[in-house]
Amino acid sequence: MSSAPAQAGWQFKKPSVIPGFGLTLGFSLAYLTLIILIPLSGLVWRSASLGWTDFWAIATDRRTVKALEISFGTAFIAAAVNVVFGTLVAWVLVRYRFPGRRVVDAMVDLPFALPTAVAGIALTTLYASKGWIGSLLEPLGIKVAYTPLGIVVALVFIGLPFVVRTVQPIIEEIDKEVEEAAATLGASRFQTVTKVLFPGLAPAVTTGFALAFARGVGEYGSVIFIAGNLPYVSEITPLLIVIRLEEYDYAAATAIATIMLALSFGMLLVINLIQAWTRKRYG
Amino acid sequence: MADPELYPADQLHEHASLATSESPASRLLLMAIAFAFLGIFLVVPLVVVFEQAFAKGIGAFLEAIREPDTISAIKLTLLVAAISVPLNLVFGIAAAWAIAKFEFRGKAFLITLIDLPFSVSPVISGLVYVLLFGATSLLGPWLKMHGIVILFAVPGIVLATIFVTFPFVARELIPLMQEQGTGDEEAALSLGANGWQTFWHVTLPNIKWGLFYGVLLCNARAMGEFGAVSVVSGHIRGQTNTMPLHVEILYNEYNAVGAFAVASVLAGLALVTLVLKTLLEMRYGAEIAATRGH
Repeated sequence: MSSAPAQAGWQFKKPSVIPGFGLTLGFSLAYLTLIILIPLSGLVWRSASLGWTDFWAIATDRRTVKALEISFGTAFIAAAVNVVFGTLVAWVLVRYRFPGRRVVDAMVDLPFALPTAVAGIALTTLYASKGWIGSLLEPLGIKVAYTPLGIVVALVFIGLPFVVRTVQPIIEEIDKEVEEAAATLGASRFQTVTKVLFPGLAPAVTTGFALAFARGVGEYGSVIFIAGNLPYVSEITPLLIVIRLEEYDYAAATAIATIMLALSFGMLLVINLIQAWTRKRYG
Repeated sequence: MADPELYPADQLHEHASLATSESPASRLLLMAIAFAFLGIFLVVPLVVVFEQAFAKGIGAFLEAIREPDTISAIKLTLLVAAISVPLNLVFGIAAAWAIAKFEFRGKAFLITLIDLPFSVSPVISGLVYVLLFGATSLLGPWLKMHGIVILFAVPGIVLATIFVTFPFVARELIPLMQEQGTGDEEAALSLGANGWQTFWHVTLPNIKWGLFYGVLLCNARAMGEFGAVSVVSGHIRGQTNTMPLHVEILYNEYNAVGAFAVASVLAGLALVTLVLKTLLEMRYGAEIAATRGH
């Protein structure tokens, strides 16, 4: 421990006078392994032991493909909606002063704090044909509850704080001088916002989108109440996993879960790369 | 609520130039759109929970809450949170200590692994335990032989809850303790304190609000978790039903008052969480890591 750091070639840890490294790291690793790593590798191992033919048959089953399409499609739309409105909400919260701003700011975190099942039954009641909002939309011929549109509504609710909370601190950091410089150079306010401010916000917006999207793809509790859960129409992937489990079809449940995990990790990776690229481009 | 000291500056600013802010008309329009969106998506759903819970009067509400199955769901939820939150608290402190106070190889990878449960669907978080402990698993027959019941019982529910709430305390403490550095601890040690004294009297007071913040969020999720718990619970009324699962059962039985009565208790818990969270951010914002959200 006390040997000079410069002389040691490869070393796992830099020397330090602070005690407890072995204990805390050891405990953390043991706990992480037991709770997260072993169970997750169990899933992958089970899936691998299925064999390629069986796995492929489950993966290309029409119901599986449809459920994946629905999950990823609705999560994408909801995240896109949240990018627009979440950025607007963050802008209003940072730039404008109005009474009750703190209350509004606190409310944005409601979807983090409210149990998803509660959100699910509340949204379903609201958007059902007799509900407060559903009864207003029905004359217009718009049905939300028990349709794919309902899934989008639930996922917009769930994903909103992810976008607001990633974009908000970046808007707070914007240097007013940049806007003043743009204005001095003759840009209109609209040009300043779209050409100067938005590119700077792009990495944060992308991150918020990615977080909302990833959460939306896996979301279960709030969606199953409002979706109607019709196979091929409004059946999300997590629900299909639960259905296969209830049928004791562990092989199918495992395979679908593995596909979903792989797709979400892959997508997060792609989005991270996009983010690194935008950061490089716009600083 | 509003920050009065900001008004003069704001007004001054408005006179100074319209070029670095929106015109009053577009300000109003943007605010109206933002409020309408938040109203429809956040406020109205919250209001509807309480409206439905008290739709048939306070008597019906109280009756629904006093129902034995509801009471046992409340007790189970409290029990599960009482086991899983302290375990994740200890883990959070240990992980943050190792990561923030020392330099070692693979640290970034370890942080990524800690965040992993956030990118896993709750349903999959439950499924992994079904595969691990279920009848068809490697462990299944051994568990059965020894009479150990994990799935469709309290241990399974606790495990699934720990899985989904795993990162909360750690990800709150890691940036906070990294920012604080090791100076205070080194001073205490050089003055003769031992490791435990240093942690108890120096580190813990430094991180207590951040720690409380993490525990608050961890607890909210632990009590409200639905998907993961739903997969491992078995839904036995009065035995393995947590509050969110009980909401589902009552709702599917068309017992709207009952479902929303239990839901309103959970919504009340969410509101308390938000109030405490806001108070913490207002008073100890600097002491709490900048990682708001989650």
